Amino acid sequence: MELTYGHPKSLKPIQTKYCPGCGHGVIHRLVCEVIDELGVQERSVIMNPVGCSIWADLYFDFDSVQVPHGRTPAGATGVKRCLPDHLVVCYQGDGDLAAIGTAEIIHAANRGEHFTGIFVNNAIYGMTGGQMAPTTLIGQKATTAPYGRDPGEAGMGYPIRVCELLATLEGTRYLARGAVNTAANTRKTKQYIKKAFEMQLRGEGFGLVEILSPCPTNWAMKPGEAVEWLEENMISFYKLGEVKNTIDAASASPATKEATR
Amino acid sequence: MAEEKKLMKGNEAIGEAAIRAGCRAYFGYPITPQNELTAYMAKNMLDKKRVFIQAESEVAAINMVYGAAATGTRTMTSSSSPGMSLKQEGISYLCGADLPAVLVNVARSGPGLGGISPGQGDYFQATRGGGHGDYYHMVFAPKSVQEAADLTYEAFDLADKWRMPAMILADGLIGQMMEGVVLPEERDLASLPEKPWAAGQGGGPRHVSSCILVPEELEAAVRVRFARYEEVRKAETRFEEVNIEKAELVFVAYGTSSRVALGAVELAKKAGMELGLFRPISLWPFPSARLAELAAKGKRFLAVEMSMGQMVEDVRLSVASSAGAGKADVQFYGRCGGVIPSEEEVLAEARRILGK
Amino acid sequence: MTEKTFMAGFGGQGIISLGMLWVYCAMKEGLEVTFFPFYGAEKRGGIARASVVVSDREIASPLVTSPDSSIVMNLDSLPLCEAIAKQGGTLIVNSSLVKVDPKRTDLRVISVPCNELAEEIGDAKFANMVMMGALSKATGAVKLDKLEAVLKTFFPESKHKFIPMNMKAIEAGRAAV
Ligand SMILES: Cc1ncc(C[n+]2csc(CCOP(=O)(O)OP(=O)(O)O)c2C)c(N)n1
Ligand code: SF4
Ligand SMILES: [Mg+2]
Repeated sequence: MELTYGHPKSLKPIQTKYCPGCGHGVIHRLVCEVIDELGVQERSVIMNPVGCSIWADLYFDFDSVQVPHGRTPAGATGVKRCLPDHLVVCYQGDGDLAAIGTAEIIHAANRGEHFTGIFVNNAIYGMTGGQMAPTTLIGQKATTAPYGRDPGEAGMGYPIRVCELLATLEGTRYLARGAVNTAANTRKTKQYIKKAFEMQLRGEGFGLVEILSPCPTNWAMKPGEAVEWLEENMISFYKLGEVKNTIDAASASPATKEATR
Repeated sequence: MAEEKKLMKGNEAIGEAAIRAGCRAYFGYPITPQNELTAYMAKNMLDKKRVFIQAESEVAAINMVYGAAATGTRTMTSSSSPGMSLKQEGISYLCGADLPAVLVNVARSGPGLGGISPGQGDYFQATRGGGHGDYYHMVFAPKSVQEAADLTYEAFDLADKWRMPAMILADGLIGQMMEGVVLPEERDLASLPEKPWAAGQGGGPRHVSSCILVPEELEAAVRVRFARYEEVRKAETRFEEVNIEKAELVFVAYGTSSRVALGAVELAKKAGMELGLFRPISLWPFPSARLAELAAKGKRFLAVEMSMGQMVEDVRLSVASSAGAGKADVQFYGRCGGVIPSEEEVLAEARRILGK
Repeated sequence: MTEKTFMAGFGGQGIISLGMLWVYCAMKEGLEVTFFPFYGAEKRGGIARASVVVSDREIASPLVTSPDSSIVMNLDSLPLCEAIAKQGGTLIVNSSLVKVDPKRTDLRVISVPCNELAEEIGDAKFANMVMMGALSKATGAVKLDKLEAVLKTFFPESKHKFIPMNMKAIEAGRAAV
């Protein structure tokens, strides 16, 4: 995805282990570009979660802390409270954040912790090979939902809209949802990340950017098909845009209006 | 007549055996190297209109098991090492409330996130009551896909019989490898044991709880449970012996490492050396009495584990109670981090010890 | 009779189905079997290996550390297969992708141009089946006389039309030994 040219300084110039067409690599790049633009490589810490992005420490050229599955926001709380002048990036997948780590994210958000969540929603468990995630769409197949997600008889629940859920908490200041399926959406997502990081550096409370991201491998699709599937199925359910923005009231309303794209 | 032999992965054979044993409620959470088991249950429990839930976490899954067990339902959960750590809270409560359940650990290598290759570093956690409080539960260690199926099937009966959890401690190799297996017959759900103590049975209130706030009463309850543990020791201790009589040195190993040790016994035989294998099948209760007997006969032991040495402590405790205690020789050889020792290196260690 | 085979190649070469079919047939021929697949830390395009044992008695270690026979499907796998091969063991090399000769002189080396032979049959993806034919001929451990029936249960109906090609690939492999 051609965003800016050249390689971000804080991203190591090596090929990633991610599958062709995976969104993680693009998102890593966005995070690093923003970190470079803000000039905070020397004082950034990424929390690398249990999920495909556990390899994050191979790619990010700054400090990282690896935590137990789902405890990422609790770990980030510890890091940020002890290194308040650092940019702490709490990188999580949907299994990590919205299943096993639900309590941690809700309470970190509710405390208004001053770190930034980067929430990679690929509607599936990537690393463990395609099990149902809390964000898996209704009818979407997974190894643990062989006939598709069925909230009815099979009692598999409904897909969770994380930003909307967190928006009800007083501690959250900035919640936005982007995607990396097109160049335009990717550019927009980068702006959300930048806003959230800037807010963190100003010490203004909890921010999180959810990013819809393809997992061609476990969706059993070619990269091109995955991008289309995301556009057609995920975006209609997970509306793009700033879901909550109390940092700049001025830009908040137009941004929410152009929500869907 | 027995069914035809099927080629199955250990994980799938465990799932099928559980279903055939009458498991009516399975709760799991994805983790490698046991994912095939959860996927197998997702498909087959739903097909049979039994309960399958992919829980939001292992903590939730084990507490769903607790709830299901409290109603007298045959229930199971499975995971691998990091997930088993999270289940310890629920296991302590299951034991405190005397609830039967089957727990499967397809162990990997730790500590922490560690690796996804097979390991035996969860022995202490499994056999010592990994959660809080005074308790034990049964632990069985299969060496093959066939035994994984058989022990899982039986674990449901034993859990019900003794009103305590029964754990299957396998590892990534047992879970992932394929072998031929003859599956046990499907249980008629109507034939399963009655559980008058369970909630929802009618006939007056039943209270399922582990809470007893009066110290003397709690002590009495724990003592009753420990008396039952003595019965379990007598009735459910299992082991296998290979070539012990002639052996100059006896390997003590369970699960995957016992297969490697058996390979070393066979290699030794070809080289004109007599080695033996003592394989604990029940890790709790541990076959201490038999080991003590062998020690009294002057047998020497080499514990072989995929850990830095956990079961070996039980071997040492066992022989310490034998007649020839002072002289008993217990040595240890282990690999960890997901490395499986080779039969050649295990044999080399035996040769070193014997000076041959 | 115990035949311990180590199979090595990269993901996508069909190593795993080769191993599974080998033990499936062996089981149908009345043998004890174990099959332990191993993938690298990267599940994508990385290494694919399998420890495979067939025997007429109980099998001890499922981990093949000193193989009687090895299958070398790609160049990267050669050094390892050579290093662990048993004294006098058999190495069946896919000479379509492995152009160098093993250094050890005590081994029985059989070169089979699996990809080329498979292409002649119609598709390089049958290279694994060519290799299985060669393995059967070279070791005599598994006759594969029940393969056709096994393939019928192994593949879904929709793929049954490929069974004759699989069988041809087996024959080509046998003939190459
Ligand atoms: C306590 C515990 N349970 C389960 C696992 C296994 N596990 C590893 S990654 C993962 C889920 C990953 O999914 P997600 O968070 O959506 O990340 P993705 O790989 O999709 O980016 C799970 C369940 C674990 N490592 N620890
Ligand atoms: S499995 Fe999915 S999330 Fe993981 S690296 Fe591959 S495409 Fe990305
Ligand atoms: Mg995910």
